[in-house]
Amino acid sequence: MEQKRIVMDAAGIDRSLTRIAHEILEKNKGTEELTLVGIRTGGVFLAERLRKKIAKIEGVEIPLGILDITMYRDDLLSTNRKPKIGKTDIPFSLDNRKVILVDDVLFTGRTIRAAMDALIDFGRPKLIQLAVLIDRGHRELPIRADFVGKDLPSSLWEAVSVNLTEKSGRDEVVIE
Amino acid sequence: MKLSKKDLLGIRDLTVDEINLILETAESFIEVSTRDIKKVPTLRGKTVINLFLEASTRTRTSFEIAGKRLSADTINISSTTSSIVKGETLIDTAKNLEAMNPDAIVIRHSAAGAPQILARIMKQPIINAGDGAHEHPTQALLDMMTIKAKKGKISGLKIAIVGDIAHSRVARSNIYGLTRMGAHVTVAGPATMMPRYIDRMGVRVCCRLEEAIRDADIIMMLRIQTERQQENLFPSLREYANYFCLNGENIKLAKDDVLVMHPGPINRGVEIAPEIADGPYSVILDQVTNGVAVRMALLYLLTGGK
Repeated sequence: MEQKRIVMDAAGIDRSLTRIAHEILEKNKGTEELTLVGIRTGGVFLAERLRKKIAKIEGVEIPLGILDITMYRDDLLSTNRKPKIGKTDIPFSLDNRKVILVDDVLFTGRTIRAAMDALIDFGRPKLIQLAVLIDRGHRELPIRADFVGKDLPSSLWEAVSVNLTEKSGRDEVVIE
Repeated sequence: MKLSKKDLLGIRDLTVDEINLILETAESFIEVSTRDIKKVPTLRGKTVINLFLEASTRTRTSFEIAGKRLSADTINISSTTSSIVKGETLIDTAKNLEAMNPDAIVIRHSAAGAPQILARIMKQPIINAGDGAHEHPTQALLDMMTIKAKKGKISGLKIAIVGDIAHSRVARSNIYGLTRMGAHVTVAGPATMMPRYIDRMGVRVCCRLEEAIRDADIIMMLRIQTERQQENLFPSLREYANYFCLNGENIKLAKDDVLVMHPGPINRGVEIAPEIADGPYSVILDQVTNGVAVRMALLYLLTGGK
């Protein structure tokens, strides 16, 4: 039996992002040295929204980078699939920056492991914090998010998708 | 998506979708070469053998750098320092290399078809880095990447390829690729260096440089491949240059935003005047930069996996 359930609507996503923006500013005491890096593709849209919210709150536009983690995946050699490699665009040094890594769903943690390896190749950040819209559990690595929109306990065989206006035409989080 | 074949032997075998996949993957790899730390772990633990049995600077260095930036181990073999000088055949060399379990073989050879032979007898992916006067697929791919980056498209462009068409594997691979991608290709060169029935490849044929480059969006100049010419095909370099050297005067016939390309090595003053090679229209060094990214893309797409 197929079931599709909306667990977060547009207003819910927006409220979560507003809260996360405030939490980021609170925890880092402002915008100094703050940098957002969104993980392709969902994380990029969320990072852009966080950037706008932070600009609205503090009046400061903080730098935003785009990271594609495919080159750092740990399963490239174990499958015959060739995942498409997207463009990474981090046109500034991450040396001594406070990097907020942004992704849509935190699941096994393997994407975040790859992302952290990639970030270190762009310099030596002062710190890396992780912001995700959904934490669905089932970690396979010792990784935890600093900012979470919603904890969503899920079974392994369920699919959690974050649909965003920029890509799917509307904002919603769906579990099926 | 992945490439449908084990090897890259020529552009002739590639579909439009496969060419686009390679170019898009290469565009994503460009960024790695601009970093302070120019290395990603993508091909960690993979071994790539560069078997270069014909002279090369650009292509061999480019393949070696591409492999290293992906964290593969690269080994270079050149003819003068290999057992080929002791009389070993290509097939025996290949079988011995295969016994050492590499993950990809890049081969350049003066005989057309040498990569095809390796592809038949070896289970590893074979990448053709130039075989005789046959094909040089990675060169055509980096040329297409450069055109796409500068012009935003390939389809519909007027492209002139000028010089020793008969002996040029670069011309052959580019004709296959550019016509497949929808460009209008014109070739020009001395009649003695123009292969028979070349028009059947879907190109316009001219005898004069001026005719070929008129209103061109892209001009590709080729080196005279004296190492592949069996007889005297032209009276002197000076006379050749008189008729077929791209210079500050005749380039005015082309479009104002024309791009000048050359696969290298260039012979200054023969097929291309120094003021053109070093001038504002020249993208010759962009081609070299893009070459690393194209080869990274191919190593990624062809190696690894089960």
